[in-house]
Amino acid sequence: MKLKVGIYWGAACGGCDVAILDTHEKLLDIAAKMDIYLWPIALDFKYDDVKKMEDGYLDAAIYSGAIRNSENEEIAILLRKKSKVMIALGACAHLGGIPGLANFYTRDEMLKRIYIDSESTINEEGVIPLESWNVKEGELDLPRFYNTVKTLDQVVDVEYYIPGCPPVPLQIYSALSLIWDDMLPPVGSVIGAGDKALCESCPRVKEEKTISEFKRIQQVLPDPEKCFLEQGLVCLGAATRSGCGARCIKSGVPCRGCYGPLDDVPDLGIKMLSAIASVLEPKEEKEIDDVLDTIVDPLRTFHRFSMPASILRRKKE
Amino acid sequence: MEFEPKLVGFLCNWCSYTGADLAGTARISYAPNLRAIRVMCSGRIDPTFIIKALYEGADGVLIAGCHPGDCHYQEGNYKALRRYKLLKRILPEYGVEPERVHLEWVAASEGEKFAKVVNEFTDKIKKLGPLNMKQSIFDSMKEDIVVHESAGEEKGGEADEA
Amino acid sequence: MPERVGVYICHCGSNIAGKIDIEKLAGFAEKLDNVALVRDYKFMCSDPGQNLIQSDLEAGLIDRVVVASCSPLMHENTFRKVCERSGVNPYLFTMTNIREQCSWVHIDEASSTEKAMDLLAASVRRAVYLEPLEKREVAINPRTLVIGGGIAGIQAALDLAEAGKEVVLVEREPSIGGHMAKFDKTFPTLDCAACILTPRMVQIGQHANIHLMSYAEVEEINGYVGNFNIKVRQKARYVDADLCNGCGMCWEKCPGTRVPRKGNVHEKLSLGPTSSIYMPFMQAIPAIPVIDRESCLYFQKGKCRICEQVCERNAINYDMEDSFEEFEVGNIIIATGFQPFDPSVIKRYGYGTLPNVLTSVEFEIMNCASGSTGGKILKADGTEPKSIGIVHCVGSRDKHYHEYCSRVCCMYALKFAHLIKEKTDAEVYNFYIDLRCFGKGYEEFYDRLLGEDVRFIRGKVGEISRWVAEEDEKDQLIVRVEDTLVGAVRRIPLDMVVLCTALEKQDGLDRVAKMCSVSVGKDGFIIEKHPKLGPVSTATDGVFIVGVAQSPKDIPDTVAQASAASSAVLSMITREKIEIEAATAEIIEEKCSGCRICNNLCPYLAINFDEEKKVSIINEALCKGCGTCVAACPSNAITAKHFNDKQIFAEIEGLLSAR
Repeated sequence: MKLKVGIYWGAACGGCDVAILDTHEKLLDIAAKMDIYLWPIALDFKYDDVKKMEDGYLDAAIYSGAIRNSENEEIAILLRKKSKVMIALGACAHLGGIPGLANFYTRDEMLKRIYIDSESTINEEGVIPLESWNVKEGELDLPRFYNTVKTLDQVVDVEYYIPGCPPVPLQIYSALSLIWDDMLPPVGSVIGAGDKALCESCPRVKEEKTISEFKRIQQVLPDPEKCFLEQGLVCLGAATRSGCGARCIKSGVPCRGCYGPLDDVPDLGIKMLSAIASVLEPKEEKEIDDVLDTIVDPLRTFHRFSMPASILRRKKE
Repeated sequence: MEFEPKLVGFLCNWCSYTGADLAGTARISYAPNLRAIRVMCSGRIDPTFIIKALYEGADGVLIAGCHPGDCHYQEGNYKALRRYKLLKRILPEYGVEPERVHLEWVAASEGEKFAKVVNEFTDKIKKLGPLNMKQSIFDSMKEDIVVHESAGEEKGGEADEA
Repeated sequence: MPERVGVYICHCGSNIAGKIDIEKLAGFAEKLDNVALVRDYKFMCSDPGQNLIQSDLEAGLIDRVVVASCSPLMHENTFRKVCERSGVNPYLFTMTNIREQCSWVHIDEASSTEKAMDLLAASVRRAVYLEPLEKREVAINPRTLVIGGGIAGIQAALDLAEAGKEVVLVEREPSIGGHMAKFDKTFPTLDCAACILTPRMVQIGQHANIHLMSYAEVEEINGYVGNFNIKVRQKARYVDADLCNGCGMCWEKCPGTRVPRKGNVHEKLSLGPTSSIYMPFMQAIPAIPVIDRESCLYFQKGKCRICEQVCERNAINYDMEDSFEEFEVGNIIIATGFQPFDPSVIKRYGYGTLPNVLTSVEFEIMNCASGSTGGKILKADGTEPKSIGIVHCVGSRDKHYHEYCSRVCCMYALKFAHLIKEKTDAEVYNFYIDLRCFGKGYEEFYDRLLGEDVRFIRGKVGEISRWVAEEDEKDQLIVRVEDTLVGAVRRIPLDMVVLCTALEKQDGLDRVAKMCSVSVGKDGFIIEKHPKLGPVSTATDGVFIVGVAQSPKDIPDTVAQASAASSAVLSMITREKIEIEAATAEIIEEKCSGCRICNNLCPYLAINFDEEKKVSIINEALCKGCGTCVAACPSNAITAKHFNDKQIFAEIEGLLSAR
């Protein structure tokens, strides 16, 4: 019997959905094994059909994107109720992802920036979307834009995580095959990724590390054979789960951490901070400061994808 | 009632914890706000511990290790210093005053200094007021709830203690 | 079955119970998760107290123990042993410090009790996550390496050899003997240094259990207590030690002149021959000369070879090269001694530019019967001085150079004064800051000197110059000094001035310290394990320090330390095995990505990279459990046993859970 599946996107760019399509001919396999009941970006988008299902009717729900607004959360809760297995697909559902960087700001700061202050906006009246508006036909409403971006598992229980921004298409396929092959690992597992940090699959030569200056990728022509970190380029590979095939590294860009932390690491960003600070060269306070001055925006760099999934989750107001 | 801050201290076994013991042996009284966790070396202090302590309700965190050059493990304190310096830089990004995390070198012989450090740190945090990190994070999510027709029970806005 | 924690609260008489509401604390503990029972007792560390724990453990009522009492530095071991006796792993015990951390330092009972509750909650949570650890033992190699062949190294080596243990004694100079071999008399007894030292040097040379490597330097030290791997460089002497009989023909005929090296003695005041092929002094052990390449005509100009021609034993070998010897030892004694402070950096004292300004080491050699003046005190022009000044604390007790007191100068200055009075008719002035005569017979020696017409001026010498005023001063040195007892600046013309230079760390001590993984303090000397209770041990097990390598000291103290260190080594060897830190760090291979962040963080070089498996590995025998690598590992592939993340997180949560 074919599996019944729903696919949904919350606060996401759609890259995860594209990654599913990027499984190319394997998509035929997926179609052969699964009936897709909901997939707003590609097929069907009628929430009401889902609401009518019996609880647990779907075998799996695949949710990409962070929880940014009340609609994201509502559908997450809905799909959770209707599915036997909930899968967080991609960095946003898994960790909060790029939208999670908004947790350094408040909802009001965000709305002001987007609708009023942004360089490409002319909004002299200072109009900001309202959540509800009365027209003669009745009340119209928009989902609430949240103050804090959340990961999927902060609003519903999640069985499995497929990490990545976006996840590697083939790994999506193999993760899905775990469902129809009935070979799913213990609940809570990250599937379709490795158990070690990215350095394991990084082709660059790694030596002992001592950093005396940080640089950014546009400032140097890095040695293509040598570990980025050893060249003073902030690379999160050492703290990031492998599985992506080192695709950024192979394209000459340091790892930015989209596959998230390893098991038992509660805070990827802070752990990376500890690792990087540990291998600084200087001992004197002044010299340490000089080196640290060369790291641009350290916290957002270390937490590029994982702020909502970190210990503190957001900036304190 | 006056605000009594709750402070967590990470003390290295050989210098600072011993220094704190000496304050005890010498009966030097100091503010009762600091609760100490003993680690073998200040080099063991993972910044994650500090973030965790702030999240769990500490109003301030004190790191204390051997003076530079005196580390029982030679250089652990330098590693602690580097991590501390980087951590201090990012605390404002979390909306946390960097003064809430403080590093001090306290030798095994410096019982009096330990007492002084604790008193001064306590005073400093008293002036800064309570941090209430966890509560404030969840307070700022209070409005983040499903306002639309719900498909089930609400989970938003609740502390996720998993 | 969930963990069952037993909580034991100690009253410590009234030390704890006087400031903490025990009943309230016990009531609080009873409500904590996982707590199976709570007991309190007057003195937990007493036998009945220990028995309480033991019987609960033996009855199987609990499987983890929390004792809320004094500092773990006080009684952690006591209670670990209780667990062991009761057949429970000692690492399943943890301690809550409610005495030093609470009752002794907080005035208010309510806040003391509240803090005690938080600390106890943290310990109980921690206890739940404790894991049994295995004790580890390593065998001790009975051979010992002694670095440095001065009186410190000689004493330590002989003590061990006499006990039947093998010793390798490595000395950098061509002969053992160190500074003591340059002395004529020793204070305060004025016994002849050579007479007491030479027989010991001979013993070293002949002892079946001592392998003496002179003119050699330790290149590498790897390994850990009981199992150190040593690599020593034997510098080329260009003289075959097996053939040479020390007859002396070579240096008598040698046309070369050796240029003295920095840190060595003044050329004109050499103890031995000043030729290019030379013995450092006549009683040298081994009695084998060395060729100084720098001044040897053959090595510099390609011809000469006179020594080769005159040597009847054909012992000269110009083709000799440095060789290396590798061996294993179980323990290391660092006895590298000191180098004298170079006073030429204090320009106003004129050392190096003014004639007849000598360092104390030079003056020792001048007094030594086998030195170039034959023990006579003579000025540079060969005449006897009529007045001599002795300047104390040159480079010691001086913020610009060394803050510490060198400890021996006062006494040898008094000895100098006595020798001058004995040998010449000269006036003697001692310029001192304080006279520190603290040892056995020292004060008596000072008293004796007071009766020998020696002048004592309390004040630090401002300058030594040739600023002469009168015709009869023209060959003299003018010393300006504030006489702080009189309250006037005095100007004293003198024929000769001896500078009592500081004892400073031996050249190369940092390198030795690094090889042995021990730390040096800001004064440059090696830091001992404990200033009072571990004066000859270091932070690295199996590495001991004696003599001035630890801090300036005189011969009796050095010898005492040397015997202390050898007895510490003997006790290690006798044990045959040693228990090493169980709470080490461990890399979980399945989690290590080979990022190599941790690789150079370990001060003990315990972390290596396995090129085959592409993972880092920890040599647990070397690991001391500091946890620095654990905090740095970005993928949590390293765990700190007994201080792992789970345990510390539990402690943090516990501390902050009560309110």
